[in-house]
Amino acid sequence: MIADLTKKDSLLASLSSLNFSDENEYFADLRNKAKAELETLEFPTSKTEYWKYTRVGKIVNKSYNIAKVEDIDITPYLIPGLNANILVLVNGFYKANLSKIDAQDGITVLPLSEAKNLAQLNAKFCSLTTNKEEVFLAVNNAYHTDGIYIEVANNTIATKAYHILNITTGNNVIALSRNVIIGGKSSQVKVIESFINENGNENFVNNVSEIFVGENANVEYNKIQDKSNDNYHISTEQVYQEANSNFTINTATFNGAIVRNNLNIWVDASNCETNLSGLYLGQNKDHIDNHTVVDHMKPNCNSNEVYKGVLDHESTGVFNGKVFVRQDAQITNAFQQNNNILLTDTANVNSKPELEIYADDVKCSHGSTTGQIDEEAIFYLQSRGISKRNAMKLMINAFAKDALANISITALADFIDTKIEERFTK
Amino acid sequence: MLSIKNLHASIQDKEILKGINLEVKAGEVHAIMGPNGSGKSTLSNVLAGREEYEVTEGSVDFEGADLLDLAPEDRAKEGLFLAFQYPVEIPGVSNINFLKTAINEKREYHKQEPATAKEFLGMVKEKSALVELDSKLASRSVNEGFSGGEKKRNEIFQMAMLEPKLSILDETDSGLDIDALRIVANGVNKLKSENNATVVITHYQRLLDYIVPDFVHVLYNGKIVKSGTKELALELEEKGYDWIKEEVNA
Ligand SMILES: Nc1ncnc2c1ncn2[C@@H]1O[C@H](COP(=O)(O)OP(=O)(O)OP(=O)(O)O)[C@@H](O)[C@H]1O
Ligand SMILES: [Mg+2]
Repeated sequence: MIADLTKKDSLLASLSSLNFSDENEYFADLRNKAKAELETLEFPTSKTEYWKYTRVGKIVNKSYNIAKVEDIDITPYLIPGLNANILVLVNGFYKANLSKIDAQDGITVLPLSEAKNLAQLNAKFCSLTTNKEEVFLAVNNAYHTDGIYIEVANNTIATKAYHILNITTGNNVIALSRNVIIGGKSSQVKVIESFINENGNENFVNNVSEIFVGENANVEYNKIQDKSNDNYHISTEQVYQEANSNFTINTATFNGAIVRNNLNIWVDASNCETNLSGLYLGQNKDHIDNHTVVDHMKPNCNSNEVYKGVLDHESTGVFNGKVFVRQDAQITNAFQQNNNILLTDTANVNSKPELEIYADDVKCSHGSTTGQIDEEAIFYLQSRGISKRNAMKLMINAFAKDALANISITALADFIDTKIEERFTK
Repeated sequence: MLSIKNLHASIQDKEILKGINLEVKAGEVHAIMGPNGSGKSTLSNVLAGREEYEVTEGSVDFEGADLLDLAPEDRAKEGLFLAFQYPVEIPGVSNINFLKTAINEKREYHKQEPATAKEFLGMVKEKSALVELDSKLASRSVNEGFSGGEKKRNEIFQMAMLEPKLSILDETDSGLDIDALRIVANGVNKLKSENNATVVITHYQRLLDYIVPDFVHVLYNGKIVKSGTKELALELEEKGYDWIKEEVNA
């Protein structure tokens, strides 16, 4: 009976056409376990602490369809001047014909569906995503379609970055992509993932990446979210760091009706470095939420977190950054900062930096500011002949600059600068 | 060049300027003096186009244009410059980047080619030498962490870069040590020509020894209550403002 269907049931019903019968038993079993977990979970409500400021009603009250697409022109989405391997996902499915990979010794790059035939994936896959009591994560565990698998062998340095174009197109499409990135011992790799929407309304992307940063490895993951104003995106990165490793994530969000980023980093060994940065530019009725957790479990590690938001019109920003310093994690340096500028009276921010410290020999700081753009400074610039618009641009660039200072790919940094400029040149 | 007629301005419904009249011609130097709170900075800000102040009456003609009708940036592009009494610190915006934007916007407005990198750097070098501004300061964030005196020098450096027709210097001398005062005043004098004009707002005769005014005005309670030549400044230095207040209130 229709009336007895819960929202969860109807969302899952839209996924029923997915067929995973090609997969081997191991992965079929993982999906079944996730489905069993899903039985016990519900969509968050306003009473769910972790989702307090982000209502998912608009997302889960809709019905979606799975849509495979033959061809698409990706040229508008390439980053000018960037010489990278291109990996294309459309509506959650891998497009070999649009992808372009230069083979490199020691690096395995495959669609996840094919990587499931590699024995080494078994131990890693879902190890960071099972039984986390998060309904969207469990949905992805159970129903992920395809995604990108990148494994960099020990002592291998990727010569080119990997640029994943994660595109949705068509209306009311649901896309459930899933990536696995493995940096072997003393390896280095840089990944960019662009989330793009082409002419589609009310699409919902629920993607997950599991990232394993091996001993002495260096992994940089850059995430660009540029969906249109009526698209939904729930995105989860689960990151695991081993000894002496370095992990950097940069998140730039330009758009989205509801964007929710869940970033969880387990720093489970000594001498690690973790950098998390974000810049979010809300406009219209955008709602952009970043929830981050850095869990320092072992001694002698540094983490550095800077998230900055510029919120225009009636947009909303949410920042919740949690840093745990466990009892064993002596001599931890954890720094966390969230700054916001509201461009209108109707824009708003909920910012909550949190520190939970159980060790005694630590250096930790956190801070949060929300303010208007400095009108006196704008006037000062205008009085030198700079138009109000250019004055705003100078001010916002100055504010946003250090939020993405960790991007080591110049073409990407330039691309983002240009996008920021375009936003404020209207 | 500048013609102010019966200018009234208020902030938050409080009238601060109560009918200012002032004529400034090309080649002239005018000094405006007056007690604290008399409205000197308000006048500068109204001329520069600060939105918080509401002009309730009067007119301002600048080189044949209705100044009050122009956006602040266009007033600057037309050749007005205000050296602020309290220059603003703008963290993260580099002095150089900001001046380049300003100069190129002005050039575009006048349908000129943008300055080349080389040309621009040449100007920076020449003009910072003029006010003996440490070249390191030129590349730092606008006024951020500058000492009081460095901020004032930076104002004159910007003025030199922008080559305005009319400069209003609002207490540029306050906070300067004796040497800096001489340097800044020399800078202003070197930039002076028969085609531009300067209005200096000051409390001290000392500055007027260096920048010699053609006219001195006393602003009191929102009005110019007395005008004279440079001797008036000497008289004020000696006698203070009480005699003027008495004259006005009589
Ligand atoms: N934003 C404001 N809100 C309220 N009152 C203001 C504001 N700005 C200026 N005033 C008032 O206007 C009057 C004139 O101030 P103004 O700064 O123009 O004086 P001034 O002549 O420059 O004084 P000083 O010699 O101290 O620099 C003062 O009484 C001041 O308190
Ligand atoms: Mg003043």
